[in-house]
Amino acid sequence: MDDNNTALAVENLATYFFLEEGVAKAVDGISFKVKKGRTFARVGESGCGKSVTALSIMRLIPDPPGRIVAGKIVFDGTDLLVLDEKQMRHVRGNKIAMIFQEPMTSLNPVYTVGSQIVEAVKLHQGKSDSKAWSDAVRMLERVGIADPARRAREYPHQMSGGMRQRVMIAMAVSCKPDVLIADEPTTALDVTIQAQILDLLDELQAQNNMSILLITHDLGVVAERGDDIAVMYASKIVEKAESGPFFAEPVHPYSQGLLKSLPQLNLSPKRLSTIAGTVPEPLHFPTGCKFHPRCSTGRNDKRCQTTEPQLRNVGHGRQVACWHAPGYETNEERAEYESKYGKRQ
Amino acid sequence: MNQNMENANNYLLRVDDLKTYFAIKKGLLRRTVGFVKAVDGVSFRICPGQTLGLVGESGCGKTTVARTIVRLVPATSGRIVFEDTDVLSADKSQLRKVRRNISLIFQDPAGSLNPRMTVGNIVGDPLRVLEKITGSELADRVAILLTKVGLAADHINRYPHEFSGGQRQRIGIARALALEPKLVICDEPVSALDVSIQSQILNLLKDLQEEFGLTYLFIAHDLAVVKFSCDVVAVMYMGKIVEQADDKELYGNPLHPYTRALMSAIPHVDPSLRGKRTALGGEVPSAFEPPKGCPFHTRCPLAEAKCSEQMPPFEKKSDHQDHFVACWKANGK
Repeated sequence: MDDNNTALAVENLATYFFLEEGVAKAVDGISFKVKKGRTFARVGESGCGKSVTALSIMRLIPDPPGRIVAGKIVFDGTDLLVLDEKQMRHVRGNKIAMIFQEPMTSLNPVYTVGSQIVEAVKLHQGKSDSKAWSDAVRMLERVGIADPARRAREYPHQMSGGMRQRVMIAMAVSCKPDVLIADEPTTALDVTIQAQILDLLDELQAQNNMSILLITHDLGVVAERGDDIAVMYASKIVEKAESGPFFAEPVHPYSQGLLKSLPQLNLSPKRLSTIAGTVPEPLHFPTGCKFHPRCSTGRNDKRCQTTEPQLRNVGHGRQVACWHAPGYETNEERAEYESKYGKRQ
Repeated sequence: MNQNMENANNYLLRVDDLKTYFAIKKGLLRRTVGFVKAVDGVSFRICPGQTLGLVGESGCGKTTVARTIVRLVPATSGRIVFEDTDVLSADKSQLRKVRRNISLIFQDPAGSLNPRMTVGNIVGDPLRVLEKITGSELADRVAILLTKVGLAADHINRYPHEFSGGQRQRIGIARALALEPKLVICDEPVSALDVSIQSQILNLLKDLQEEFGLTYLFIAHDLAVVKFSCDVVAVMYMGKIVEQADDKELYGNPLHPYTRALMSAIPHVDPSLRGKRTALGGEVPSAFEPPKGCPFHTRCPLAEAKCSEQMPPFEKKSDHQDHFVACWKANGK
């Protein structure tokens, strides 16, 4: 039953980069399921591994220096990680498509936008030239580009940022993918255009029962568009929940800190609440819980400093990785802790 | 003359009807075929100790305003008065004095720091070049600046690449403060930073303002960031200020349809804030061929015939003092 609802399942994925300076564990054992017709949002700050996860799913990690060292990515009953390149090409762009943050650098400047969409349609669906071209024009129309027949013959530089992002989306959904990975799709755009693009994604999702893996750092976007949320910090998921409960009551201190540090339109505080310190780099992750040096509770806690908490169910469909989260610790662990470090208040 | 004196007392910076046009040249002879009106009749005033926010979407001209104020870009017409100096007609030595008192903080902290210079040189160069401070005195001054912005004094011999984005922005702030400027122009100071770092920098800018009595011209596209940081907010669209008021009034009672659309387009974390979205169709028109009349009429839900013919005046339309708006249809009781 559960499997029928799952469009894409990532299990224990670990992607490392083998650099001269050492091994950078960009993604280190993460699991999540993208459900059919729903939007799974992943939030996190730069360098937390959001994009590397996306590229791992598409098998686009540059090797060397990067390599997927463990895990499974199950799509449609098969593990994508065991497919050869030819089989993968059938999935990539066809069944699972991706849109990127910067449309200018992901579109080819020397081809018209129409011919770039045609290329995808012809490759994956084996349509004739003229059929593919009329498909491309129809796709441009569907993503809200006025005068699509003329626009299809134009080059990316002749378009505005919002329009280029529409072209990217048209290209990505031209083969009716089951899963769309949207990596910061609106970060480069103005707010009024951002609202248009997000509405468009909603619409396309409803029409095709498409699943969306939305990667962003903007908590506002996540709150409005995500169904399920995962917060990433330093290569791991630290909290996972449905959108409603998550925003009503975030549990992990990092999630709480993120939400509190946002300037809000309805409040006029004298100062913003902050998270001390900076995001650690993959080559220099702290021991124990990776968030402990920045955490007001965990900073002085011996266990947080030495033992990394794993993601655990704490009820109501919520998973969290924090020793101090309510309902996280087992009785045995509490007893062990207290015998080692003394009673906790 | 008399009037000039008066202004000098009230305002640190006065900008009147500023226009900055860029010529478009075409053909073999590079003839000027038209103009991009990047800034088209902008006026505002900033009182000492105040923060004026300039908000708008990309390409609306907010950065060009900043660059024109320090004469990095020549103005086409208008008047800029800083303290009692007319900036646009200032000679070399006057301009030097003005630029010493106005410093800039940029969006991209990595791109605005020389990768081959140590932090000590980056922050200390303005002092060395303009105030002829050298040796141990220079090192002391730099160390004080670094601690003021939340860095350690022993960071002085490190290079920019050894720092995170937020720390680099702190270096940029230390450099901007080195000469004890009166006005600091912050051009999107936090938009390249992570959320958890953004709030640290916004707090720092506020603390420094209090400590040094700084005046800010704060340029940003994020309305929530501007709300936190600014006392007065001006909204720009296609080279013009379309609405201006103090922050409480502007956010509580926005009158221009563009301001309203901007506010409603912001995705909110708090579900109770999600009002009805005023969907704004279309895109910002090309700056090469701006629409006639009100530049916003092509996207405006309220537009009528008059709007496409005549530019509305920038006038008071609310009971509230100093709330100005340029819109034929705005009606604020």
